[in-house]
Amino acid sequence: RGKRRSTYDRNTEEQMLEPTICSLRGYCSGIEYCDSLDQNLQMVEKGTSLLKKMEISVAEAEKRTGKNAVNMQETYTVYLIETRPVDAASEGTNPVPDSLWRRYSEFELLRNYLLVTYPFLVVPPLPEKRAEFVWHKLSADNMDPDFVERRRVGLENFLLRVASHPDLSSDKIFYSFLTEENGWKETVFETGFQAKADSRLKALNATFRVKNPDKRFAEMKHYGDELQSVISQLLRVRARAADRLYGVYKVHGNYGRVFSEWSAIEKEMGDGLQSAGHHMDAYAASVDDILEEEEHYADQLKEYLFYADALRAVCRKHELTQYELEMAAQDLTSKKQQREELATGTIRTFSLKGVTSKLFGQETPEQREAKLKMLETQIEEGEELVKERNAECEEFVKSAWVDIERFKEQKDHDLREALISYAIMQISMCKKGIQVWNNAKECFSKM
Amino acid sequence: MSGSVVDNTVSSGNSSVAIPTDISGQILDIDEDDDLEVFSKDTTLSDGSSLNASMQTSSASMINQYKFEEEEEDADTKDIFVTVDNPESHVTAIETYITYRVETKTTRSEFDSSEFEVRRRYQDFLWLKGRLEEAHPTLIVHPLPEKFVMKGMVERFNEDFIETRRSALHKFLNKIAEHPIFSSSEDFKIFLTAGSGELTSHKKQGPGFLSRMGETVKAVAAAVRGVRGRPQEFTDMQEYAEAFSQKISSIDKVTQRIVREQKEYLEELKECGPTYALWSQSEEELAEPLKNVAGCVDKCCKETEEQVKHLNDHLIPVLHEYVLCADTLKAVLRRRDNIQADFEVKTEALATKKADRDADSKVLSLAWDSLVGRSPEEVKQQKQQKLKGEIKEMRDELDKVEDRLEWANNALKSDWTRWQKGMRTDLRSAFNDTAERNVSYYEKCLAVWESFLQSQRTDAEGNGNVDFS
Repeated sequence: RGKRRSTYDRNTEEQMLEPTICSLRGYCSGIEYCDSLDQNLQMVEKGTSLLKKMEISVAEAEKRTGKNAVNMQETYTVYLIETRPVDAASEGTNPVPDSLWRRYSEFELLRNYLLVTYPFLVVPPLPEKRAEFVWHKLSADNMDPDFVERRRVGLENFLLRVASHPDLSSDKIFYSFLTEENGWKETVFETGFQAKADSRLKALNATFRVKNPDKRFAEMKHYGDELQSVISQLLRVRARAADRLYGVYKVHGNYGRVFSEWSAIEKEMGDGLQSAGHHMDAYAASVDDILEEEEHYADQLKEYLFYADALRAVCRKHELTQYELEMAAQDLTSKKQQREELATGTIRTFSLKGVTSKLFGQETPEQREAKLKMLETQIEEGEELVKERNAECEEFVKSAWVDIERFKEQKDHDLREALISYAIMQISMCKKGIQVWNNAKECFSKM
Repeated sequence: MSGSVVDNTVSSGNSSVAIPTDISGQILDIDEDDDLEVFSKDTTLSDGSSLNASMQTSSASMINQYKFEEEEEDADTKDIFVTVDNPESHVTAIETYITYRVETKTTRSEFDSSEFEVRRRYQDFLWLKGRLEEAHPTLIVHPLPEKFVMKGMVERFNEDFIETRRSALHKFLNKIAEHPIFSSSEDFKIFLTAGSGELTSHKKQGPGFLSRMGETVKAVAAAVRGVRGRPQEFTDMQEYAEAFSQKISSIDKVTQRIVREQKEYLEELKECGPTYALWSQSEEELAEPLKNVAGCVDKCCKETEEQVKHLNDHLIPVLHEYVLCADTLKAVLRRRDNIQADFEVKTEALATKKADRDADSKVLSLAWDSLVGRSPEEVKQQKQQKLKGEIKEMRDELDKVEDRLEWANNALKSDWTRWQKGMRTDLRSAFNDTAERNVSYYEKCLAVWESFLQSQRTDAEGNGNVDFS
């Protein structure tokens, strides 16, 4: 039942995260990474615990029909998640894996929860909701079996990515997603993440300007934009080229037909023509496999297209955090100024109260006293808030940056592997071409 | 002066060409003793009415022995080399046209010299083809490139068009030079050697307009009537010609479609490399492999471009020639049919006349003759004499046509075999070359990507990464 391996290569990931400082230091190039390196090591010990304990796979996909929220009949696909303790397999006994069925919308729910709960992490993306960048032969239909299969692989990849993430892998909701079929949705909603999700969405979509943008994050955001743009372009161009290549190969099939017909009227030439025709048919047919392999490469690119989005979200969230800190600081400053003015009697800041009091006379000392007291309280609260937000910001920056570095390494590694596998695909395609045309040449020479 | 046909079946096969003489009486100098022996057995040419190197003879024995020998295309036996090159544009008040240089190198003794260089325009080639077809209506003349521009071309004199035409003209002349009959045509010789003035005056000779009109009218009449008793072998040839025409046209179309699709693929592929290069500008670690991939894609683009060019320059012209050949085959068979129809008409006419004669010997038409004052016996005798004369005339004419038909049939049969061999060689070699070129294309692309893999391996080994399984 031809199961394709997901982009996530467990062995490679493990190798990469293997807690030996030497190999990791060899992988990273600069000294400045060392601090995050040590942190990574700790996280690695903590984080890979889930994958070390458990094998995860999305084994199958099935069509279901049922009534939806508005009581209408609908058809949807469910995916079988299988989990099995690692030790069991190595012991030689092969127990039946635990399994449960989930549909795509549940995966989406899980991811949204993770996004909200860990805004400082680059959360792995889901495979695309709808087929994009299709070339003509590839179906854009979500029910298409090839699409479903590729989605199955993508979902497995997602789960493995989360399960190998130092922080995400220890999340309880994630664990119950894998293990508790019923009631999981309720559990998620009980966390109250929905409210946070709504406010986060609103905030992220709002426009605001940060006074002192963090250079690193600004650069990262810019990089995310560029990555998204260039991968989109690449996917588009590749899809068009695939379409054309399909045409070239398929037209050769016509040779097969005509050679066969022609061979019927020739005496000496007949055999050579006929067999050459068969090779032309084989050539035409070979493009289907070739392009299916290439779709796999496109999927690898797509994952990082969506990762770019996740990266940008982290940067955006940082901006928001920074902005909120700046707002709080600004507010505090203005309140302190107000207090000073009130205390010294000079008006430096413009306020309606100040103007009216000028016009209509100063307030009484009691009123001033009350005001000062209020301001003091507000200033105290303000200072607390600023301290809080500052700590938040620092914490965010620290955690986010660690994860961004981790992501960078993963990206460089994965994309390089993708390029290598692309080259391998091209080589395989060339070898097939050489074989077919050599065979055809033999037949032609016998014409 | 009598001419003769050298019978190659008697010679020991050292000469590759059946060399007839032309009408103007030049006798070939044959050194080999074998040929000389045969030469003395020659028979006479009866009809020398046409001015070009006609093959028509009246000897049945000669006709039956008419055969082309196995072609040996070795450089050893080839004694004439023709090249067409160097197109030049000529502008006059009335028109602009292109001439091509035609260079001939030969050791044949009927040529005054061993090297010739002339300039010819397309019209001249057209003239030569026409003369050869006229002289040998049932021999297969290799097609000329088309007279008019193909659709889609704006300028008649763009470089590609001229080069394609030049190449086709070169092939045409070489096919003529290789042909046992055509290559000894006087018109061919004049074409290769005459100065432009001499050529013009030679062109003016030949069967007059009226006599040619007469021939055409007869031909149309015969064609309209149609042939009745066509031998099965020619019907088979007809069927083959139809089928071959269809198949070769299809292959031509398929190949053109492939070229179109390849060109469109190339257009898309050309954008891939730059996209990878653009990406590499945003990356650090990945910059080098991305730039590398960009380079690989660009190299593959170049290879694809070359491969398309090869298809265009080599396979397509050959296929196109054979599409035109298919039409020639059909025309040749039609002309043979016409000759047979002519023969059938004349046979019928003779039979009718004979019947008249027999009938007349019995019937006396008294009324008119008594008026005129001649005796019935006299009249009868006169009539019989007249009929006898007419019958003899018709008989002689019929004999001529019969010979012509037999000659035409044999010529066609031999040339058909010869043509099929040539077709097989040409197409086999064209497809073979294409397949080879495609293999080479894939081999080159393979090398490009393997060098990329190699570079990534050495990089990885440097960095301590692993796993290229």
